[in-house]
Amino acid sequence: MKRRQVMALAAGLGLAASLMGTTAMAQDKTRIALVVKALGIGFFEAAAKGAEEAAAELGDVEIIYTGPTDTTAEGQIEVINSLIAQGVDAIAISANDPDALVPALKKAMDRGITVISWDSGVAPEGRQMHLNPSSNELIGRMIIKLAADNLPDQTGEVAVLSASATATNQNIWIEEMKKAMPDYPNIKLLGVVYGDDLADKSYREAMGLIQSYPELDAIIAPTSVGIVAAAQAVTDAGKIGQINVTGLGLPSEMAGHVKSGASKSFAIWNPIDLGYSATMIAYHLARGEAEAQPGAEIPIGRMGKVTLDETNAAAMAEPFVYDASNIDQFKDIF
Amino acid sequence: MRLTRLLTTREALLAAAIALMLALIASRFPAFVAPGNLVAVFNDTAPLIILAIGQMVVILTRCIDLSVAATLALTGMVVAMLNLAHPDLPVAAILAIAVALGCGLGMINGLLVWKLDIPPIVVTLGTMTIYRGAAFLISGGKWVNAHEMSDAFKAFPRTQILGMPVMSWIAILVVVVLAVLLARTETGRAFFAAGGNPDAATYAGIDVGRTRFLAFALSGALAGLVGYLWVARYAVAYVDLAAGFELDVVAACVIGGVAIMGGVGSVAGAVLGALFLGVIKNALPVIDVSPFWQMAISGAAIIIAVILNAKAGRARGRIILRQTEAVQ
Repeated sequence: MKRRQVMALAAGLGLAASLMGTTAMAQDKTRIALVVKALGIGFFEAAAKGAEEAAAELGDVEIIYTGPTDTTAEGQIEVINSLIAQGVDAIAISANDPDALVPALKKAMDRGITVISWDSGVAPEGRQMHLNPSSNELIGRMIIKLAADNLPDQTGEVAVLSASATATNQNIWIEEMKKAMPDYPNIKLLGVVYGDDLADKSYREAMGLIQSYPELDAIIAPTSVGIVAAAQAVTDAGKIGQINVTGLGLPSEMAGHVKSGASKSFAIWNPIDLGYSATMIAYHLARGEAEAQPGAEIPIGRMGKVTLDETNAAAMAEPFVYDASNIDQFKDIF
Repeated sequence: MRLTRLLTTREALLAAAIALMLALIASRFPAFVAPGNLVAVFNDTAPLIILAIGQMVVILTRCIDLSVAATLALTGMVVAMLNLAHPDLPVAAILAIAVALGCGLGMINGLLVWKLDIPPIVVTLGTMTIYRGAAFLISGGKWVNAHEMSDAFKAFPRTQILGMPVMSWIAILVVVVLAVLLARTETGRAFFAAGGNPDAATYAGIDVGRTRFLAFALSGALAGLVGYLWVARYAVAYVDLAAGFELDVVAACVIGGVAIMGGVGSVAGAVLGALFLGVIKNALPVIDVSPFWQMAISGAAIIIAVILNAKAGRARGRIILRQTEAVQ
């Protein structure tokens, strides 16, 4: 018991010393804490890379990349409290829980710390703004563009393999995709089938599409289970080169199918861009160069700018396209 | 004699229903009944056939195994991760490990039912969650993807032998072995006896608990086998693999005329029940039916089968009574 106390004291002293050290060192630098769901996750390591890139571009920024060791709200609250104690200028967080973090983040804002959430959001009262990787409209436009761009003269027949018929996200994306279809007059949408995000049902539905529509040119699957199953079905049916599988997926899961040619390209957010943009926004807000209010426009360096909506949320960009040229770089990240 | 005839007509009825269904589908989508596609449908149904036979043996002993899909997922995840770590491990070793691991998981179910006398539905409901949780723990929620699996690992179930993939041949092998086991061996007959009338079975010198244990071990081993086939075929392993598939397996048994109260069932019935579901699953996507109707059609098929089962059960009762009367 006694031993533990001594050790805790020693650790506390050490921490205090290191805190004083950093404060003294980085007096004139804007210190932005990038708080992630948990350390050691490829996606967030990549986001931290993006944050460092933004810091290098801005010059007077110090990035503190931190997070709990497992994905819990409690762990993040501890991290936030320690960041408040360190007196950072801004916190950019991907939250493990939208509500549980609100009191801790409110405390941070009361101390004059800029708080934004990115990737996984916090309830509006717990942050100044939230950065979404993309928006429903941009995703809908992207998935049809991916299919069309790989067809000669943007002409051909496509079908959608979705998750379940009641999946909200997928239904909105497909709706947005249909709205964007007038831009591609020569693309014919044959139908939408549902694989319920089960590998076997998605595979069977994809096989059904291949059998029913001999003229099928592309399968669009805006779901990570579906796109992998469809790519496998196209491979097994010997239709590589004839039917292109595209949609939303993760590079680590799709790497094999991009290599085999079953999928020429697919999209998902780019974590590097996301960390970069979150850092840019946190910087501009912390320096008072921009204000987080509905309708405000905040510049995000090479990514352009974002516009805040009525809940102070903004969409970064359209999903990032992955293909044979960059899949190897990203397949180990997420 | 009359009982056998009744059973044959039941199975004949189911076969006729499948034939009728194929004819109806062919009228809307002729390519469905092309020989190549029928082989594909059979191959797609192979995992369900293997699992349904394992489940049937368990149900015969008046138990139920709800953990088959979770056993499948855990075994699938283990062999996929094993393949990731040691890509040179031969497929034969992978198969042996999958079957042994599945058998072990089934034995846990069996021991709990046998030694602790816990109702099987409770035991397997518990292990179902535990096995899936274990799959999550060992994988950390991560997927094993197509490019991480070795080519030999993925190729085995789809290798063609005499025009049919290996996965189909494995299903046929399982059907033949189990048919012989159930009809021609002491253990096989014990499965029927233990469920048909546990008290009488005990008097006849059959250890009902041990028989149930064997049934669970068998069902687990088959689930383990399918675990490997499944991840190799779909070239992906993740925690939610085959989520809810245990219900399809039980449904295949019920449609195939396996009595949920134990003692009655046949390999042919389970196979036909699985094929019935397999044909529906494969046909609905090509005949362009809305997903809501798909669910309704699958559900209706199960209810109709249960009604038929209930009728058959009553008829059986009467026959036994008459036989008893005749003896008296």
